[in-house]
Order: sequence, then C-alpha cells, then structure tokens
Amino acid sequence: MPELNDIQNEFVKQEIEEFIEDADERRHIIALYASAKPALQDVAASIIGGRHEVTNELTKAQLDAGLEALEIMDDGLIAGMAIVGIKFRENSIFVPEVLACARAMKAGMQHIEPILSASGVEPVGKVIMGTVKGDMHDIGKNLCIMMLRGAGFEVIDLGVDTSPDDFIEAVEEHEAQVVGMSALLTTTMPNMGRTIEAFVDADLRDETRFMVGGAPVTPDFADDMDADAYGDNAVECVEVAKRLINEFKQSN
Amino acid sequence: MSKLLERISSGATLISDGATGTYLQDHGLEPGGCPEHFNVTHPEVVEGLAGAYAAAGSDMVETNSFGGSRYMLKKYGFEDQVAAYNRLAAERARAGAAGKFVLGSIGPTGEFLEPSGTATEAEMYDAFVEQVRGLAAGGGDGFCIETMSDIGETVLAIRAAKDVTDLPVIATMTFDLGKRGYFTMMGVTPGDAARQLDEAGADVVGSNCGIAIEQMIEIIAAMRSATEKPILTHVNAGIPTIVKGEIVYPDTPEHMASLMGDLVSAGADVVGGCCGSGPDHIRAFVKAIRG
Repeated sequence: MPELNDIQNEFVKQEIEEFIEDADERRHIIALYASAKPALQDVAASIIGGRHEVTNELTKAQLDAGLEALEIMDDGLIAGMAIVGIKFRENSIFVPEVLACARAMKAGMQHIEPILSASGVEPVGKVIMGTVKGDMHDIGKNLCIMMLRGAGFEVIDLGVDTSPDDFIEAVEEHEAQVVGMSALLTTTMPNMGRTIEAFVDADLRDETRFMVGGAPVTPDFADDMDADAYGDNAVECVEVAKRLINEFKQSN
Repeated sequence: MSKLLERISSGATLISDGATGTYLQDHGLEPGGCPEHFNVTHPEVVEGLAGAYAAAGSDMVETNSFGGSRYMLKKYGFEDQVAAYNRLAAERARAGAAGKFVLGSIGPTGEFLEPSGTATEAEMYDAFVEQVRGLAAGGGDGFCIETMSDIGETVLAIRAAKDVTDLPVIATMTFDLGKRGYFTMMGVTPGDAARQLDEAGADVVGSNCGIAIEQMIEIIAAMRSATEKPILTHVNAGIPTIVKGEIVYPDTPEHMASLMGDLVSAGADVVGGCCGSGPDHIRAFVKAIRG
C-alpha cells in the first residue's frame, strides 16, 4: 500500500497530514498522489496553494515536455482540486481560498482543454446550469460552475432568471444529461419543481438528471420537487454531477 | 450621541422589526420582482410595512432598501435610480412609522472584492456612498448594514456611512453552522466579526439571518465576549421546511418569544426578526421582553 513518503512534493505531504483526517479518504488521496509523476504533484500543489501563475507555467511546461494532456489534468489539476474540496468541506478553507484555487485550475485548464477537444476526448459530462426563474442571485451558481469546469465538465451557463423553456431549449441544443438549478429565495425555490414538471410535460424528464442547491434548499425540498440529487455546496455539486452522469451512463 | 444610540445604550432591550421581503411578497411582490422598485410603485404597501411593525411595537423599522446598491439594482435595469429609490425607502418608512427610528437597510452588493472577485475597493466604496447618501436624504436615523459575509465589504460600507454622514451605523453578519463551528461563507467567525466591525467604527454590531434562534443565541454569546459595543440581532423564524406541500418558516412567535430571555442574556441589546418573521413575531417579542 502506498505511503505518505511515496509522495515527493513536500507541500502536498504537509497538506495531507494537516487536513485529511478521515483514514479511508487519506488512503485514497495518498494512492492518488503516490502514483502521480513528481512534476504533476507540483502542478497539484500549485492548485492547492491557489497560485494561478505557477499552475499556468507548470501546466504549459509539462505539455511542452511531452506529457499527455489527460494525465496532467487527472494527476495534476484534478488531484489538486480533490484536496481543495476536502479542505472546503471540513471548514479548513472558505470561499475566498476556493476561488483562488478555482482560478488556478482555470489557468491550467486553458492549456489542456483545446488539446482534449481537438483530439476528440469527450468532457467528463455536460451540465446545464442556471438560477431559476424570478431569482437574480448567482454567487452560489457561479461557484458551482467554476468547480464543475475545474473537474473537467463542459458547463453551459444560462445565468439568472432562467425560465423552464430556457432550460429545455438548452438541454435539447447541447444534448446535456444533467441540469443544475439554483435558488437563493424561498419564494423562487418552487420554480425548481415547476421546471422539472415542464420537462415531464415536454417528455424529456427520463433523459435528464436534475441536481439542485442554494441557501434555502434542503434534501427534503429536493425530494419533494422530485429532483434527482441535492448538493450542499460547490464541492458537493461536482460529486453529485459525477454520480448523476455515471447513473445516466449505466441506465443507458 | 444620536438619540438612536442613546436609546440603544440605555440598558433597556429595544425591539427592531421583522422581515421585509416576506411582507412585500404577501402584498403583491412577484418572485423576481425588484423590492426597491416597490418604493415607487406601491408606496402604500411600503408604508404599510413600516406601519405594521410600528403597531406591533417595534422601536425601529428598516427601510425597503436591502438591495438598493447599484450592483443589485443593475440586475433589474434600475442602476441609475440608486439615489431616488433609497431616499424614497427612508421617506416611506418614516411616513409609515411616525415616532419610530428609521434604519437604512444596506445589504451585500453580491460581488466579491479583488482578488477573489472583480470589484475594486474604490468602486464598492463609491456604491455604498451613493446608497448611504440616498438613505440619509430620505431622513434615516441610522444604517443597518446586514447579511454580510465578507469583512472587507462590510468595512467599506461602514466607512462609507461614517465618511458622509454623522449617523450611527449598525453592522451585522450572517453565519452558518459548519463542521468546525460558526463561520460566514467567507470564513469569518462571530468573535472576529465583532472585533473587526467594532474596530472599523460600527456603533452596534451583531448577526442576522442564516440560522434559527437556538444557534443565534450561541453566536450572540460569542460576539458579546469579543466586544463592548451594543449588539443587534435579526433572527429568522427558523429554517424553511415543507408542511403539507407549502414552504414555511417553522418557528412560531410563541417559540421564538420563549427564547428571547436567553437571547438577551447572551448579550443582545436590540432584537428583531429576519426571514419568515412578521408583525405577530414582533408582538410576541415585545410581550416576552416588556411583559
């Protein structure tokens, strides 16, 4: 079994020691990093530290050195975000730090994405995101979008005040499997359920998975409106989207 | 010292008002409608809001200007109406609640300051100055900067209010209970908030929204041990839940009133309601505190 000392990057080692407390999670993260090339551990470290200029340089340097884009993304960028996500979930870091990490992720992805799409590598999945009709708030939704893109999803952002028809149109146009809806207000939250009903009416419900979130939204509300999943925060949003994509693939 | 601060510092517990949005929605504000636009189109509703809380026994009422910064009004295309909407908000509250203190409500801009976001300090400060000037022009007795999660943004709002008026400034932040205790979305603890808002020159500090009264009592106790300044809290009527297919805020006036004593013992000098609370809650608070 890989051990902490199999990881070369000192900063990553420290981060794991300090912030990953759950034993299973720690084993998983150590295994992930121990099998990554040292140069990609450095890329991950730059993500964890939120140092976008460093991520930018290192990602480019590794591509120039001939490493595969996919390997840099998985073992560097996404591995970095895995630790960021755990720290956020555990209240070790907060929104400002996550924003800095997401910015670093974006700096790396700008080099990776064109290569992946040119070589026909499909994104992890396609997600349509929007704040529901009548709601003008977008901080939470935008955080989710940053994290999703950071994890390799293609995200179509419909912005705020999104009508059921806009969601339907976007799903049809982009052939997306997952729709993420956000609301900050209790008064607009019912529009999530109405959007799902509109998909039922349009005969599109079976081929679409819905995830919902936002300040007033709870797992109970999500059940009540017949959503497929609830996410408590932007990090959970990524986990939920991955799960929904997998479920979708298995059922088709 | 202003009359408002004198009263707050007198040692007696004062009662603020309850939710604004909840009331406006019950009186015709559509989901997605601009609440501040109601100051122009529905003066009777906005005055009625202040009047309902005055009649319920509130010592102070908040203006309908929570989203009255140019950043928020821009979402509705009203960014050129900041001065007018805020002035009107204060005038409506004054007209509806004669003899009561009028607090100019200032909510978050919805933007992140650099480097997390794109807003510069200068730009955000200017936006707060613009809103503060409007509220002062309408005759507000002070400001209630509220539902804040970022210290930097809150301090800019406090500075703006202090720089262009002599009116007292209340600043309250919103906390959530996470794995390691209470934090704002941006990672600020109740103790840090109390200390830093105090240092920034707020006359009254505190907390509003986010959690139910049982947790608010803990938050206020933490703030009390970090500052000598008076503390204000506007508490939600619980966390929304579904009852018989309807979304409701579960905490009744009686339930919240039964915990008012604990809230005051924890350190609150001014108490009121936030989301989901109404005049009935305020009446129950008045009865619990004044007998």
